[in-house]
Amino acid sequence: MNAVAVNNIVKTYGSKKETVKALSDISFTVNKGELFGIIGPDGAGKTSLFRILTTLLLADSGTASVDEFDVLKEYKQIRNRVGYMPGKFSLYQDMTVEENLEFFASIFNTSIEANYDLVKDIYVQIEPFKNRRAGKLSGGMKQKLALCCALIHKPSVLFLDEPTTGVDAVSRKEFWEMLKELKKQGITILVSTPYMDEAAMCDRVALMQAGKIMSIDTPGNIISKFNKHLWAVRSEEMYRLLKDLKNYSNTESCNSFGEYHHLVLKNDDRDKEAVLKYLQVQKHMNIEMKPEQPNIEDCFMQLMNNNYDRS
Amino acid sequence: MKRLLVILEKEFRQVFRNPAILRMVLVMPVVQLLVFPFAANYEVKNVLLSVVDHDHSSYSQKFISKITGSGYFKLTDFSPSYNKAMEAVESDKADLIIEIPAGFEKDLVKENKGAMLIAVNAVNGTKANLGGAYAANIIRDFNSEIQMQWIRFPKFNAQPTIEVTSSNWYNPTMNYKFFMVPGILVTLLTMIGSFMAALNIVHEKEVGTIEQINVSPITKVQFILGKLIPFWIMGLVTLTLGLLVSWLFYNIIPVGSIALIYVFGMVFLFTLLGVGLLVSTYAETQTQATFVSFFVMMLFMLLGGLYTPIESMPEWAKWITKINPVAYFIEVMRMVVLKGSGFADVKVQFFSVLGLGIFFNTWAVINYRKRS
Repeated sequence: MNAVAVNNIVKTYGSKKETVKALSDISFTVNKGELFGIIGPDGAGKTSLFRILTTLLLADSGTASVDEFDVLKEYKQIRNRVGYMPGKFSLYQDMTVEENLEFFASIFNTSIEANYDLVKDIYVQIEPFKNRRAGKLSGGMKQKLALCCALIHKPSVLFLDEPTTGVDAVSRKEFWEMLKELKKQGITILVSTPYMDEAAMCDRVALMQAGKIMSIDTPGNIISKFNKHLWAVRSEEMYRLLKDLKNYSNTESCNSFGEYHHLVLKNDDRDKEAVLKYLQVQKHMNIEMKPEQPNIEDCFMQLMNNNYDRS
Repeated sequence: MKRLLVILEKEFRQVFRNPAILRMVLVMPVVQLLVFPFAANYEVKNVLLSVVDHDHSSYSQKFISKITGSGYFKLTDFSPSYNKAMEAVESDKADLIIEIPAGFEKDLVKENKGAMLIAVNAVNGTKANLGGAYAANIIRDFNSEIQMQWIRFPKFNAQPTIEVTSSNWYNPTMNYKFFMVPGILVTLLTMIGSFMAALNIVHEKEVGTIEQINVSPITKVQFILGKLIPFWIMGLVTLTLGLLVSWLFYNIIPVGSIALIYVFGMVFLFTLLGVGLLVSTYAETQTQATFVSFFVMMLFMLLGGLYTPIESMPEWAKWITKINPVAYFIEVMRMVVLKGSGFADVKVQFFSVLGLGIFFNTWAVINYRKRS
């Protein structure tokens, strides 16, 4: 039984003259109890997808179901059983932490006490501020409160739209720990994020780009599909190095990646010496070049380039 | 039902935390009712008067002192010629010229008739109209005074005259405020009804909180009622405050039943909230909502008969007033407050406003979408 099933969903925005295809023929399924990540840059169509699944937006064509309920016909059941945390903080800023939580519990005909065990781990962190107005909380606190409010009615599927965007590194890490705890309670979680490094935390991820899903698999499998040799290169002038590497005749792709540039050579060439020689001719100093393990971002870049080549 | 109570509790909590809303509901009506009736006044006082006296006789002197003594006119200019007086009008030093021709007294005594010219600056129509009418009245008065003096011992009635006296029903002293205050009270209710609920809903759209509400079992009727009821109650608070102010400061005590005013007020607020609600279902931002509400409100007010009587509007405008709840309520307020009309007298207005209310609210509920 699938917690979420999406079949051939298409969504376009705009009038006849200028249309933007937000989602073009998307299909995937999420198993019960899975922590499923949707990873893609801004504008990939993540929010549109979430809004369709939470019955806030109508798709142009295609079908989708949440907990076996159709998003079109049985939207009322879906609204009763999903939790949704929009990307933008959307709780009542002029109400206190406790009032917000109480309100969202009451409209689902439940109470804080009834589902306290579910939110306990998160709520204890914001409980000291329970009489503070939500608008006066820090970013990380707001996000914890929003998660509590989305959870308080014990949803069977939880939709989190970019929950970690604009949150500091420590809070992000904490947040993913919380999600792992929730997963243990049997809640299916769909989470979208533009941060590739968060993919590793998910059971399965869908890599999304320009309204299409490029790949769906476990993070491990996605990385193992990266079948080329990857080099990490650095020198004293990183920006010029990037330009020179891109101009190098044997380069297939080169992307900036932290303190190194990740380089893939054409035809999976392993000729380190040739590259070094080329860079020395270009007068680069302190060149360092070493083999590197690929990560999700490298896979994403490769998939993206392949897509461009095909289209 | 329980869910509606939860929503209402939340709405009231937010209202009481928002000082701007409270100020609007409590302070604004009182201030407006205290300031506005004094400013928006049809009684013309201080009409600037220019006199051109070619006669310089005792009668012309008597006349001038009579007209300046009336309290309506202020003698600001004494010109030797009509053209000079016109200059005073052009430079806004005078609104009205009275020219007394040479030989005024002589003609009056000898030939039993005199001529006089009144010229009015009609840029401000109301002032010109009323100023001219006052001046004409005073001249007539002056005329009959002279006649009284001359026919001191009448042996017989030489000329039968018809004297017309009028009595002002329902407002015997012609107190302008009795007429304006109930009308202004209606405009205050209009503002609360059409603005506040609309802005409140659009605010939820703008901040995004409506998203979280939409992904919940709250039905749209529950959500809308949750928005309407608090502002409906606040409108009634404003009505109460307004009636208190008109009693305490203007000594206006409704001749008719206060209960009828409230019943009508309740239906009227329901209708106006429906209009606001309708605006909010179309608007995406508070700026949009404000502009549209403002446009609708101006239309309602200007075609509402507060300043200009509906009877003197052109035919097409009269038709618009038929779908204008504000026009009905202003009319009913004046009828009940001044005349003491009962429900039977305002039946038509009552059901018209109720019908409009059902129409606007139904449209709004149908148009409100939980998903786009």
